[in-house]
Amino acid sequence: MEPLDYLHDGDTVSSWLLTTDHKRIGLLYLFSITFFFFIGGFAALLMRLELLTPAGHLVQAETYNKLFTMHGVTMVFFFLIPSIPSVLGNFILPLMIGADDMAFPRMNLLSWYLFMAGGFFALSAMILGGVDTGWTFYAPYSSVYSNTRVITMAVGIIIAGFSSIFTGLNFIATIHRLRAPGLTWSRLPLFVWSLYATSLIFVLGTPVLTMSLVLIALERLFGIGVFNPALGGDPLLFQHLFWFYSHPAVYIMILPSMGVVSEIIPCFARKRIFGYGFIAGSSLAIALLGFLVWGHHMFVSGQSLYAGLVFSLFSFLVAIPSGVKVFNWIATLHKGRIYLRTPMIYALGFIGLFTIGGLTGLMLAALGLDAHVHDTYFIIAHFHYIMVGGAVMGYLGGIHFWWPKITGRLYSDFWGRVSAVVVFIGFNLTFFPQFLLGYLGMPRRFYHYPPEFQVLNVLSTAGASILGVGYLIPLVYLAWSLKYGRKAGPNPWKATGLEWTTASPPPKENFTQIPLVDSGPYRYEGEEVAFD
Amino acid sequence: MTDASAASPPFTDREQQREAARIGMWVFLTTEVMFFGALFLVYFYDQHIFHDAFASAGGRTDLGLGAGNTAVLLLSSLTMALAVRAAKQGRDRALFGRLLLTMILGSAFLALKGLEYARHIHEGLLPGASFVYEPAALARPAELFFYLYFVMTGLHAVHMLVGLAWLAVLAVRARGADGRVDLGTPAEVAGLYWHFIDVVWIFLFPMFYLVRGH
Amino acid sequence: MEEDRGEVILFRVAGALLALLALTVGLSFADLGRFSFAVALTVAAAKALLVAYYFMELDESVDAVRFMAAAGLVWLGLLLAGTLTDLITRR
Repeated sequence: MEPLDYLHDGDTVSSWLLTTDHKRIGLLYLFSITFFFFIGGFAALLMRLELLTPAGHLVQAETYNKLFTMHGVTMVFFFLIPSIPSVLGNFILPLMIGADDMAFPRMNLLSWYLFMAGGFFALSAMILGGVDTGWTFYAPYSSVYSNTRVITMAVGIIIAGFSSIFTGLNFIATIHRLRAPGLTWSRLPLFVWSLYATSLIFVLGTPVLTMSLVLIALERLFGIGVFNPALGGDPLLFQHLFWFYSHPAVYIMILPSMGVVSEIIPCFARKRIFGYGFIAGSSLAIALLGFLVWGHHMFVSGQSLYAGLVFSLFSFLVAIPSGVKVFNWIATLHKGRIYLRTPMIYALGFIGLFTIGGLTGLMLAALGLDAHVHDTYFIIAHFHYIMVGGAVMGYLGGIHFWWPKITGRLYSDFWGRVSAVVVFIGFNLTFFPQFLLGYLGMPRRFYHYPPEFQVLNVLSTAGASILGVGYLIPLVYLAWSLKYGRKAGPNPWKATGLEWTTASPPPKENFTQIPLVDSGPYRYEGEEVAFD
Repeated sequence: MTDASAASPPFTDREQQREAARIGMWVFLTTEVMFFGALFLVYFYDQHIFHDAFASAGGRTDLGLGAGNTAVLLLSSLTMALAVRAAKQGRDRALFGRLLLTMILGSAFLALKGLEYARHIHEGLLPGASFVYEPAALARPAELFFYLYFVMTGLHAVHMLVGLAWLAVLAVRARGADGRVDLGTPAEVAGLYWHFIDVVWIFLFPMFYLVRGH
Repeated sequence: MEEDRGEVILFRVAGALLALLALTVGLSFADLGRFSFAVALTVAAAKALLVAYYFMELDESVDAVRFMAAAGLVWLGLLLAGTLTDLITRR
């Protein structure tokens, strides 16, 4: 008798809301973060509509400030940071290492509830009038002068931070101690390496953000001048504390995506990954170096020139391991047998867009250039190329790669490729004009702008509409596949990796027998293959 | 002594589970290092800027009470370490007794802390509307010093309370265990947390009691 | 007995900790000028190391655990070094 799969093993509400099964928890996160994605996307829609015309017509300035704050907070803390780790990481990691679950399953469930509690406070802050400080909460505006729901929002982010911390803790313990027999560190799939590096950042960085927001809240409540210059405090102290986490946070957002790309490319090029050790090592290097560069957000803030030089140097250095990855992926593709299925389209798009985003990051690492484009749309374009062109594309690629495993169904690859292309086109149309706008001097976080910038803004808004459509299409065909899609076998992509050796969807305890590993990952032979 | 319980899933053997618990707790303590560490940064930052005011304010804390409390906490770490040893050897009666001692010492610490807070508030050293300080020129940074004092020792005290509750639960388990349940790992994990709180205080002590003007 | 020897070490460490406490309190009365704070923190670090090594059993722990313990300190060091470098080098 085949065991029930995890989706059907228990169908009461409490069997879902009280589950400790990492697979179900991954799905709970999937629903939550998708919800927040559309909230953040809605804010972006309103912003782009406002920016269709030079003068402010759609919303007032104060409302616009609340919109970009809502967009930033939701997208960063409630979508991007948890996206791959909490959805795909939770689901796939134990399967990938041959374990039955995470090291601490109940802590995993607690993480989800903390995320939801944090989200509740953040939503409350928005509903009760919003916050206008920007997702960066700079003091003393956030700690003294803003008349918006700063503390409520801060509480939400603080609570969600604990969700991250416990997730990272769980991943580290799981990877250290729950690998299947024979699965040595040097045989681990690169997705696991990327999750490990990400988890290091979770545990080492998030607590500092937590404390920085606690201090903002205390300053608002008690009026002691830690950050308030009028009382002898220093606004730069807040920025150091904030960016110490928030810069490595961007590596939390990109490293798992890179891990996904490292899984997709060998499978759809039917070739071993080139430079496994270098890619694994580069994940760790990015996690380390990523903590040494935070001052590059503060070049024009009043930070000392000497500190600026040091942070600039390290910002150049941190590009190196990323470059190593890009070259290794390209070398893997070289002379591979390429299959352009949906996950591969996303992975290839990732490589191109991440490279552009990364190169513009190098430009920004240079003190002189950054002084010119700081607080302009150049910065916005830069980080959206990485966060959206990179991280989100990787996330969508991962969703499409592991969808058959998660749901036991195959989606329409035609529609998958269509929406991947629509996303790619819409994305570039949205954000490339913003590089030009920023370089020409259009500042960010303004609800109006000089008329000469209108054409580029209109192009950007047009692109955003297309991008939005590209994100909506998958909702349709993925949902459709749940009922009408062909059933998937255990390994529709003929991929290597332990997760593909068990049923789709897997049974609750993952494996009917403990897997034994006797060789390294990505044992692809370049053969012609028929996918399911 | 037999293990009444096998390893709980997803673990396949007890040693694996023990190691995972140990790693998990150390990772958690690392997050606590960064959490308190952020406040340490604020202290060092402001101490650099307001060196004289901090030295002046540092003279207003009670060195005797602070040193006494430090000794109490160090001894509680000793009794906790002894408790963990007893747990690992299955000596549940000794475990219970030593946990009790640790809790008594921990409670003594909190009582002395409460006494100190009361005194400071009485002397007008609570930051806010009631804060008074001589010389007036140093009042604002001195208020900052005491703000950090209350926040950091307060956060420390909250962690102590959590620790006491944790030890109480463990003590109850030890009472009812009678050698039938292996409490080595739960005790070790609780011990790591307790020692960590001690380490935090080891640094808070010089920061708030030994920075005095000469 | 093996058990007692292990416990004796713990008592010795506790004695050392109390001695260091007395030392640091005593030194706080000496006029060390600019170095008094650094000295006090160094003694504190010595105490912390004793607690970590003997009470928290880092001497018997696997590498992964020691790495995590060290990482926390190193990372805090990064936070302090980066921020204080800025503060100290401002004009």
